[in-house]
Amino acid sequence: MLTIKDLSVKFPSRFGDFTAIEDVDMSIKPGEIHGLVGESGAGKSTVGAAVIGLLQAPGYVAHGTLTLGDTDLRSLTPVQAHKVRGDRISMIFQDPQTSLNPLMTIEDQLIETIQAHSDVSESAARKRAVDLLEEIGIKNAAQRIKAYPHQFSGGMRQRVVIALAISTDPELIIADEPTTALDVAVQSQVLDLIQRLAKERQIAFMLITHDIGVIAQVADRVTVMRKGRVMESGDTAQVLGAPEHPYTKALMDAVPPLDRKLDRFRVPDTDGALPTQGDVAENWLLEGDQHERTGLSLENLTVQFLGPRTSFFHKPPPHVALDNVTLKIKPGSIMGLVGESGSGKSTLAKAITGLVSPNSGTMMLGDTELPFGKSRNRHHPSRQLVQMVFQDPYSSLNSRHRIGDILAEPLWFYGFVKDAKEREKLAASMLSLVGMQPDAITKFPHQFSGGQRQRIAVARALLARPRFLICDEPTSALDVSIQAEILNLLKDLQSKFGLTILFISHNLAVVRQMADETAVLRNGKIEEVGETHTVYTAPKAEYTKTLLELTPVMPSSWES
Amino acid sequence: MVYFILKRMIQSVFVMLAVAFLAFSLFRFVGDPVSQMTGVETSVADQERLREDLGLNDPFVYQFVRFTGDMFKGDFGYSYRTRQPVADMIASRIPATLELGVVALIISLLVGVPAGVYTALRPRGALTQAILMTTLVGVSIPTFVIGIMLIFIFGVQLGWLPTFGRGGTVQIGSWESSLFTIDGWRALLLPAITLGVYQLTLTMRLVRAEMMEVMRSDYIRFAMARGVPMRRLHYRHALANTMVPVITIIGLQFGGVIAFSIVTESVFQWPGMGLLFLESIRFVDIPVMGVYLVVIAFFFVLVNLVVDLLYVAIDPRLRISDVS
Repeated sequence: MLTIKDLSVKFPSRFGDFTAIEDVDMSIKPGEIHGLVGESGAGKSTVGAAVIGLLQAPGYVAHGTLTLGDTDLRSLTPVQAHKVRGDRISMIFQDPQTSLNPLMTIEDQLIETIQAHSDVSESAARKRAVDLLEEIGIKNAAQRIKAYPHQFSGGMRQRVVIALAISTDPELIIADEPTTALDVAVQSQVLDLIQRLAKERQIAFMLITHDIGVIAQVADRVTVMRKGRVMESGDTAQVLGAPEHPYTKALMDAVPPLDRKLDRFRVPDTDGALPTQGDVAENWLLEGDQHERTGLSLENLTVQFLGPRTSFFHKPPPHVALDNVTLKIKPGSIMGLVGESGSGKSTLAKAITGLVSPNSGTMMLGDTELPFGKSRNRHHPSRQLVQMVFQDPYSSLNSRHRIGDILAEPLWFYGFVKDAKEREKLAASMLSLVGMQPDAITKFPHQFSGGQRQRIAVARALLARPRFLICDEPTSALDVSIQAEILNLLKDLQSKFGLTILFISHNLAVVRQMADETAVLRNGKIEEVGETHTVYTAPKAEYTKTLLELTPVMPSSWES
Repeated sequence: MVYFILKRMIQSVFVMLAVAFLAFSLFRFVGDPVSQMTGVETSVADQERLREDLGLNDPFVYQFVRFTGDMFKGDFGYSYRTRQPVADMIASRIPATLELGVVALIISLLVGVPAGVYTALRPRGALTQAILMTTLVGVSIPTFVIGIMLIFIFGVQLGWLPTFGRGGTVQIGSWESSLFTIDGWRALLLPAITLGVYQLTLTMRLVRAEMMEVMRSDYIRFAMARGVPMRRLHYRHALANTMVPVITIIGLQFGGVIAFSIVTESVFQWPGMGLLFLESIRFVDIPVMGVYLVVIAFFFVLVNLVVDLLYVAIDPRLRISDVS
């Protein structure tokens, strides 16, 4: 039904045209879910935007054909194209928080969309809207329809978005990362919904995602893209089960499996930084290693935040972010911490680093008690012993400092190395230890990719000679192949220097690869702690079981 | 919601107290009030007696409390210059300034918002470039030059419009209005345009920037993808979201328009508060200056309160506490 042939999209710029996608072929039948997978910059979203005719400003379709049924999409005038949008092709965006107009009720948005494409009265449109919401799984739809978007939770909002997309009975829906911003439980509901709609209404879906697990679970056919070109395409079972193209193979190798632990990921050799030059930094770190391996134990830790105040006379009820958390991290081990958004994972990290002050409980780093929040002074030894790697490598490095300065900062700040020349040498050597070219010290953060920046962030953390490292979702902003590299790096460094690591992630498969022990957090409470292997193969808590069941995985027979 | 309004009002009380303190300090510490009230031939003993009668020897805090209390009761004291109650003087001048300010605001909104929307939707059009250039010239020229230019063109050369004063006014209760006669409107037009030009440019550029930002947002792209009619997309979806931040700035600016209409009023000899203030400065009429300060601050506080309420009216997310 949708046929794309030889599609190329170009973005003119001062330095000549930039080709975003080139010679893309693809076809989708009614009722088919067609997965479009690839890493960032592969041009997946551009394909979707070209089909629906909403390419970002200077971009244009250079050549190729786009046909939907009998309609040539490229020959439409702007007015005709706008009529087709919604009526025959619709779209679902990634983030349900931002894809609904915050100032209009759900009702207004649904009714205007229905009325835009069919000549029905307002009350008929309202009735259809209510029916749609019921069908999509929103209870009490006749009343909920009067609500504004902010009054729905993330998952419900994505349902509303889907209701809007199907409200005009389109033939094709382009879903651009529809579940990336959602927790696993909500993700599986939304994916079920998409499958149901494809089957019952014969809607064709173009499912754009970077998550191969999602594709494996719901897509009938899949197209793998890289750098604007199609690498491989065909039935999902065939492409993912017996990949032919080396890129597909490499991509599959980089996906962490949920049901077993790999010692290392198979990663194709990267641009060949010379690890031997890391000797200086390695020796320096080992020489500083006079301390024992340091564990951390938390006892009855409780953190509360004040809720929004609504009255003069009553104190607002506190929001309990962490509720009596007791957790022991053995010296030299990796503790994985998993949980959905809002479960308190990051609050725990902040409490340990002293950025948030707990209301009660004790925190012990080795044998010393950690003071809470601001009562921990600047020169408290834990400020050096505990270091952190953040989620977003784009905002965790100061963009106006050179890499050399960023790396040398812990060295002078903690008074390790007095001589500036020495510091620079150590920083350069540290870079090769984390797999980068040492000459990077003269550059600025923006000159590096996300994965390289995360390496720099790890290097900075290590130069403080920490004994305890907190990694808060260190790979969730990265592509799978880069994720695999960073995870390998963290594993290597951990075993080399005997670090104790608290590894926080919402991705269960990643934690399985990294952690010796795993704790499952939900609404600020620990549901389950134990050996990672045990937690994953014989979970005790119901919640852990649900999480494991809902995580999209590939059938194990597909894995090489 | 009620809590929100109450909180804002209590904050406003503190702002007003701070301003009252400034006005009071002006009274008390800018020169000696007694020597300004009396001539050179008043004897020292008489001066001392006057000082005692006026309570100027009382403790500082006591004086301030009495000053604020009087203000609260509407007793603003007497002008040094005219010997009239300051309250009456200000009251007779407020209508002129308010009418001027409001008409200037309306002109700036009626022109600024549509121009902003137009230039945002056609960022590369020839008319857009022309509008942007003209308004840039508009802000670069100081207000008084614009006023004088307008007087020269429309008042002197063409002779279409009067160049000073309020023209025909109608008395409604204690409010002297020029909005009900053709003559009044003719007199009002030039000063209102002069006063509104800066505000107009600001509104236009702000609407343009915000609108362009909003047009790039996900919910607009989603509305595009659903085929929502363009007109509705621009005016219902985009413009409403644009206005949220724009209202703050317009509100703040309106306070400024009232407060700084001084220049325009003096160019057009417009008998409003600004002109009164200028005359008071010339004669070091401190009571009038102090009260002017308080009145202007009151306008600022009031406008800000209204802006906050408008915010709540436009943006349902701020009404969270009402619905669960």
